[in-house]
Amino acid sequence: MYVAVKGGEQAIDAAHRWLAEERRGDPAVPELDVDQIEQQLKIACDRVMNEGSLYDRPLAALAIKQAQGDLIEAAFLLRAYRTTLPRFGYGEPLDTARMAIKRRISATYKDLPGGQVLGPTFDYTHRLLDFKLAAEGAVEPAPERPATVDEAVPRVVDILNHEGLIQAEPVENPDAQVGDLTREPLLFPAGREMRLQNLARGDEGFLLALGYSTQRGFGSTHPFVGEIRVGEVSVELVPGELGFPIDLGEIEVTECQLVNQFKGSKTEPPQFSRGYGLAFGHSERKAMAMALVDRALRAEEMGEETGLPAQDQEFVLYHSDNVQATGFVEHLKLPHYVDFQGELEGIRRMRAAASPIEDADQEAAE
Amino acid sequence: MSESRLLQVEGLTKRFGRTVACDDVSFDLWPGEVLAVVGESGSGKTTLLNAISGHVAPDAGRVLYRTRHEGVVDVLQLSEPARRLLMRTDWGLVHQNPRDGLRLAVSAGANIGERLMAVGDRHYGRIRGTALDWLGRIEIDTDRIDDRPQTFSGGMQQRLQIARNLVTGPRVVFMDEPTGGLDVSVQARLLDLLRQLVTRLSLSVVIVTHDLAVARLLSHRMMVMQRGRVVELGLTDQILDDPQHPYSQLLVASILQT
Amino acid sequence: MSLDGYNFGYLDEQTKRMIRRAILKAVAVPGYQVPFASRDMPLPYGWGTGGIQVTAACIGPNDVLKVIDQGADDTTNAISIRHFFQKTTRVAVTEATEQATIIQTRHRTPETPLHEGQILVYQVPIPEPLRWLEPRETETRKMHALADYGVMHVKLYEDLARLGQIATSYNYPVLVNGRYVMAPSPIPKFDNPKLDRNPALQLFGAGREKRIYAVPPYTAVRSLDFEDHPFEIQQWDEVCGLCGAGDSYLDEVIIDDRGGKLFCCSDSDYCTRRRAAGHLGPHGRDAPEALRGP
Repeated sequence: MYVAVKGGEQAIDAAHRWLAEERRGDPAVPELDVDQIEQQLKIACDRVMNEGSLYDRPLAALAIKQAQGDLIEAAFLLRAYRTTLPRFGYGEPLDTARMAIKRRISATYKDLPGGQVLGPTFDYTHRLLDFKLAAEGAVEPAPERPATVDEAVPRVVDILNHEGLIQAEPVENPDAQVGDLTREPLLFPAGREMRLQNLARGDEGFLLALGYSTQRGFGSTHPFVGEIRVGEVSVELVPGELGFPIDLGEIEVTECQLVNQFKGSKTEPPQFSRGYGLAFGHSERKAMAMALVDRALRAEEMGEETGLPAQDQEFVLYHSDNVQATGFVEHLKLPHYVDFQGELEGIRRMRAAASPIEDADQEAAE
Repeated sequence: MSESRLLQVEGLTKRFGRTVACDDVSFDLWPGEVLAVVGESGSGKTTLLNAISGHVAPDAGRVLYRTRHEGVVDVLQLSEPARRLLMRTDWGLVHQNPRDGLRLAVSAGANIGERLMAVGDRHYGRIRGTALDWLGRIEIDTDRIDDRPQTFSGGMQQRLQIARNLVTGPRVVFMDEPTGGLDVSVQARLLDLLRQLVTRLSLSVVIVTHDLAVARLLSHRMMVMQRGRVVELGLTDQILDDPQHPYSQLLVASILQT
Repeated sequence: MSLDGYNFGYLDEQTKRMIRRAILKAVAVPGYQVPFASRDMPLPYGWGTGGIQVTAACIGPNDVLKVIDQGADDTTNAISIRHFFQKTTRVAVTEATEQATIIQTRHRTPETPLHEGQILVYQVPIPEPLRWLEPRETETRKMHALADYGVMHVKLYEDLARLGQIATSYNYPVLVNGRYVMAPSPIPKFDNPKLDRNPALQLFGAGREKRIYAVPPYTAVRSLDFEDHPFEIQQWDEVCGLCGAGDSYLDEVIIDDRGGKLFCCSDSDYCTRRRAAGHLGPHGRDAPEALRGP
């Protein structure tokens, strides 16, 4: 016999306790340490920081532990926490030219000042499961790294800029307040800074797919990796009372500058155009996908044909936030029986209105 | 502006970068007359239509229209709500591709009835009755009132688009190559229908076409455009008989050969 | 049970002020969707964050809060939201509609008529009534600005042409104060008449879509229809099996594997009080215990 149950307080309590048990898993197995997650699942932490929109690796590690490894759930935890943090002000723009470089590559030049520094990368590994990792063991130390070059490593776009080959980034009004996605609702058409902020916290998978689509013909851009650089940069703030910048510390970021096929017209000489991506931590896939989508969203301002998914502002920017997306998709699990009842009533009524003829046939047949 | 002129276009100019799509175009439109705007593609005809109807903002010029109750207005100076209302009641715009002027996902009846609903008609029976009436007038089987335009042929879609425009009794209708892309026999039928409607409803029409045969059949006066400029303007019969401008002569010569 | 280190109502005061400014704008233009900078909340988007932010911005220590979902106080999400406010505000809570000063609701209006001074906060998933006809925000904003609503009646026309009746049974669009077309949230159309000239303040919060709108007290709210096909609410042949009510929205409950059914009031408070006053429906004594409650 089916019994309709409207969930109660007890059910919720019991559910939460069972969840905690699942999180712990087999008690005979040592409990995960938050430090371990921070150190050894660093890339997962970086992703959670990006989508959680908060730079705090230990906190991201805690969120991952609490979320049992569900990275979107972990990002959700960080976002909710972020809401409670007081806002002191806005930092100075990050000067990535002064980054302490860990990794720096360019696909547009064979060699360039600062060199090609591979850094710790999966790129040339062979994807063979290493069963030795299943048993913990000592790691062979990496070779001596050359001393960090102290002077700034020029960016590829700056090199192209010297010849005027790459489009300048238009700044209409340098004194204007930069829009803040977390303080203003997104309205369309959205300015570039709002778009970039939206993409920075956007779901890596979604942006990856969109970026991929631009490479396969769903967008007219033909990109080159001008530069990817990973390393630490200083965060500076100018407190009102002091009037000069103070150094708050370093954060690790990944920056990607994509250089796209030149565009030109009868009135304007051809130049390269760019796409930009910036992400917390070591997050190349995210930064690259972000740069691809950034460029695609600029199609209209570049006078290119638009209409493909990655070029559609509303489509991209409304659906990039995975915390919102998962909330709405999963809300379908909530009770909807009142509305469903309305649909049932409507359908029954419409069928009843249609059926008198059927009934007559039925009677005649009997 | 003279009392009886319905529409007066003055010095309409539109540039795209360095290209001048419309260069100082002027003409009048009188009640009940059909004016054909002819010229090959690239002559600026479609841009002219878009500029008059407010779909692109011209760089210079006025479009003076004699409204029913508010005297003469410059359509280009109207507020957005007033312009939209005008486009929905007094004016019509028939696109070359009927899919651009129809809602493909709703029924033929809804397509015809939409303008009525947009201006406040709230009686389903009356709206449906009007739609049935119009289907008859454009020679589409009334049984198809609930079918979607996707299931119609190109010619039927075009006639549906025309009905959708005419249902609110506009005084001026702009048509952009309405017979373009249609079969020759279908074209003939459509032109015939247009001719009947124009006469019966005393419509004023500006019809853009590259086909002089269409102009000959439908229009009283003709305006020849070349590279954005008006090169000749006059009675259709006169121009066809005795074209003055070399470009007009070229166009007329080509029609005689077909 | 309270959350340490969090402000009253969870949100900081600046944020509450921002939300209240949006609410004031909404009240000044009934039915108009005011964009606001929705915050990430500890409950998921789509689960009531808009309603929660509106309530959090309005609630004070002396308020009495009622939270319902599907008309009932004891559905899981209503419990979760009520707990959230108990943790972050410690205000008194109630199930009795007429005792609440703030009622947050998902998908129903209470059966008990509201009075002046009460605030009804609706949780809204999709605030834009034109969204299904026009996916672009830039276009729908223009349509509202120009009162370009012909396309809404086209949809109603299509329903009549195809089905003989208007198919929309919930989230039925309304015209507010004779000017803006509004989505009343997925309440059944049965509840639409209750919005009209209601003495209470009705607020609508969409957190994910970042919009707030309002119907001030005693504002005209008219469901869209045709003159010859006027708006109709749902009807049942049955009465509530538990309390016998014939005027409330009924839930259909399957009680055995053979499709046996029981109809009972969706509004749990309404039903409980009717039974307490002595009204009894045909199954008042033999309905499953889970339905009858304590």
